[in-house]
Amino acid sequence: MSDLEPDHEPTRTKVPMPIAQLNDPHLGDAARDPARIEGIVAGIFLLAIVLLAGFGAAYWQNWNPWILASTMGAGLLLLGFGLTAWGKYLMPQGPFVEERHVLASSPEERDLMAAALVERSTVVVKRRKLLGGLFALGSGIFGIVALFPLIRSLGPLPGDSLDETNWRRGSLLVDATGTPIHINTLVVGGIVTVYPRGYQRTASGQATDQTVLIRVQDSAFTTMKGRETWAPAGYVAYSKECTHLGCPVGLYEQQLELLVCPCHQSMFNVRNGAVPQFGPAPRPLPQLPLMFNSQGYLEAQAGYDQAVGPGFWERTTT
Amino acid sequence: MSPSTNGSQTKRQKKAALGPYGKAGNIVNELDDRLGIAKGGRVFLDKIFPDHWSFMLGEISLYSFVVLMATGIFLALYYVPSTNDVIYHCARSATNCYHPLNGQKVSEAYNSSVYISFGVRGGLMVRQMHHWAADIFTGSIVVHMARIFFTGAFRKPRELNWTIGIIMLILAIFEGFIGYSLPDDLISGTGLRIGYSIAESIPFVGSYIVSFLWGGTFPGNIIIPRFYIIHEFLIPLALLGLIGAHLTLLVRQKHTQFAGEGRTETNVVGSPMFPTFMAKTTGFLFMVTGVSALLGAFAQINPIWQFGSYNPSKISYAVQPDWYMGWLDGALRIMPAWEWTGFGHTIPLEVFLPAVIFPGLIFNICLIWPALERRMTGDLAMHNLLDRPRDRPKRTAAGTMMLALLFTLFAASSTDVLANFFHISLNQVLWFFRIAVIVIPVIVGAVTYQMCLEMQGVHGFGKRKRAVVVHRSTDGEYSTIAADPRPGDEHSELHPTPVPRRIDVEPLVGGAVSASGSGASESGVRQVTR
Repeated sequence: MSDLEPDHEPTRTKVPMPIAQLNDPHLGDAARDPARIEGIVAGIFLLAIVLLAGFGAAYWQNWNPWILASTMGAGLLLLGFGLTAWGKYLMPQGPFVEERHVLASSPEERDLMAAALVERSTVVVKRRKLLGGLFALGSGIFGIVALFPLIRSLGPLPGDSLDETNWRRGSLLVDATGTPIHINTLVVGGIVTVYPRGYQRTASGQATDQTVLIRVQDSAFTTMKGRETWAPAGYVAYSKECTHLGCPVGLYEQQLELLVCPCHQSMFNVRNGAVPQFGPAPRPLPQLPLMFNSQGYLEAQAGYDQAVGPGFWERTTT
Repeated sequence: MSPSTNGSQTKRQKKAALGPYGKAGNIVNELDDRLGIAKGGRVFLDKIFPDHWSFMLGEISLYSFVVLMATGIFLALYYVPSTNDVIYHCARSATNCYHPLNGQKVSEAYNSSVYISFGVRGGLMVRQMHHWAADIFTGSIVVHMARIFFTGAFRKPRELNWTIGIIMLILAIFEGFIGYSLPDDLISGTGLRIGYSIAESIPFVGSYIVSFLWGGTFPGNIIIPRFYIIHEFLIPLALLGLIGAHLTLLVRQKHTQFAGEGRTETNVVGSPMFPTFMAKTTGFLFMVTGVSALLGAFAQINPIWQFGSYNPSKISYAVQPDWYMGWLDGALRIMPAWEWTGFGHTIPLEVFLPAVIFPGLIFNICLIWPALERRMTGDLAMHNLLDRPRDRPKRTAAGTMMLALLFTLFAASSTDVLANFFHISLNQVLWFFRIAVIVIPVIVGAVTYQMCLEMQGVHGFGKRKRAVVVHRSTDGEYSTIAADPRPGDEHSELHPTPVPRRIDVEPLVGGAVSASGSGASESGVRQVTR
């Protein structure tokens, strides 16, 4: 027998475990009749086995998903239930006690650790200040340089991208299918979402160019001073991007002429330049100046005069 | 030298040579030769777990995480993280397909999510289980955290585990948000748009964060693949590591316990790891899995086929996030429209305050609470016995105030639905919540504080009342005397004993049992065997 072998023979007597202590205060009356409990747990397990076999059958036969999920769920629940009951009623509950070990080391051991840390590191740094400094510099430089490919390469610099839309002077208004808007397209009270032609099917067009076009009663309609010519024939257009968090302002209350954002219930008054009338939105929806072209289709007089959508640090207010 | 290695032995000899524990004992021997597991392993098998129903709340989190991993691996086999356009296609009279979507242009991510729901056998079950388990995961973390808080289990030496727990809660919330964004349906896409705008609201760096993360402006085509790798690799990996640290610390520092017969600061009283706790906790794993599956069977969750693929210019009514984001949505709804502008710059305070500063504040209060309490009470001692919440009125009141605040905000995320349901003006609902979010926590805190004090003052509070018998004397005088105890009136706790190292069980004849080791046999203690 080498030194590496255990120096004792394996114990020769069996060490059985107790099943349960019957005077255990945690055990209910039920547990005082272990044979009955065993029968009940066995019944639960049998039912679980039937259900789990049913789960197999349901999968094999491609039955309705809810049969699949309920047989599996009920089977697993019962399996767990039986196992827990077994543990609770038929296994030793105690109360057994175990002493806690003191987590802290002795003061000497602490001092040794602290001494090793402090003395060794100060010795190293004091003797080889130059090397330590150079190594710190090198790894520091690497850390900073590595940040660039890690973060900078993720995407382009924002630049003016948040200020811009694809609306330009002369952009033809089209709906989601690409159909231009004629003077007779909308009845009074009508509403349609429009995009600059060519962008109605692009993600950026749908996200930032989305504009809501409403026809109101008055043919000579002015939302606010300086916008006298922006709404010809009662056609008025606002950015559909909510100035709160950028959700599409998708609801139109026709009677009150309010645009409502379903996300956080900001309401914008179509009459007076989409000034927020209620809710957390801080700014009016930007208005798109419109005109009719020679064929009677609606075009933008110009792009938006400000960034559409929610606020951000670089956003300048005009 | 172990005799079992000798080749020229009969089967019977071999069996006899195995020792009294047969092959299992032999495996222990072989393993112990190589790994030295017997001593520590024995201690581990005897490890004591205190019993209290509230100690299983953390287990719910652990086991719903197991369910999430298992179902998540299944989903990852079919999900396609791409926003490229495809046409959703149903074969004629196919039953494994959602016909109203037939022929529509959808994103590949959405297409694969609908395919998981209808085309993959058992796919809908697994998807719904995954979503339900995520809601259970975050929910049980919060309830577990409340238990730890109200009983003072975060005190020295367990502050680090409290910190780890809060980091896991934050990760779980992000994981959940990112996870329900992956199907790229109309509602999750709207959630993503809101997330983009929240990040955009951060002063100085907001537009850089969104431009880098989304690879340009919203929606781009890179966010879904990036969220996929974050959701199914980065955050789960971090959670796994933190769960490992959480449990290692739990084992090293041992469980806390409530005061009781023989329970002190320096011991742990309960049932042993093997087999009792292991049976109960494994059973509980099966139960958590079973409940997730039953919820998946009977409670529809996130029916993405009804919402349609995401289109940034489309929106639906009653847009609400999953429950663990609800408090932030509520805060966004009731915040006044305070946008700051000046010096050519904009700070959207109406977004930045409720959606960035406010949650940061809440989580930081949670993180520093153990240090804060140490400083306020001057209590630097180690604590292994738990507090009863009533004995710490200030802490309990602070906790209920926090919960009241968050639940009020959660309710505020349904302003539109509440207004519709009760047929009242949205304006009134909004103003109700703007006031309630301040008033309700104050009331709840004050009431909790007073209740704690009064519960402390009542003699024998929480103890079973003894019945009395009313006597009338011949003079007509009434008096009461305590009645004889009825079964169940007497609740005596056994004094805890060390786990017996070895118990000889005799057949059930006299019922006498001798326990060797340190467990002395008590008269009347009968042990059962079969």
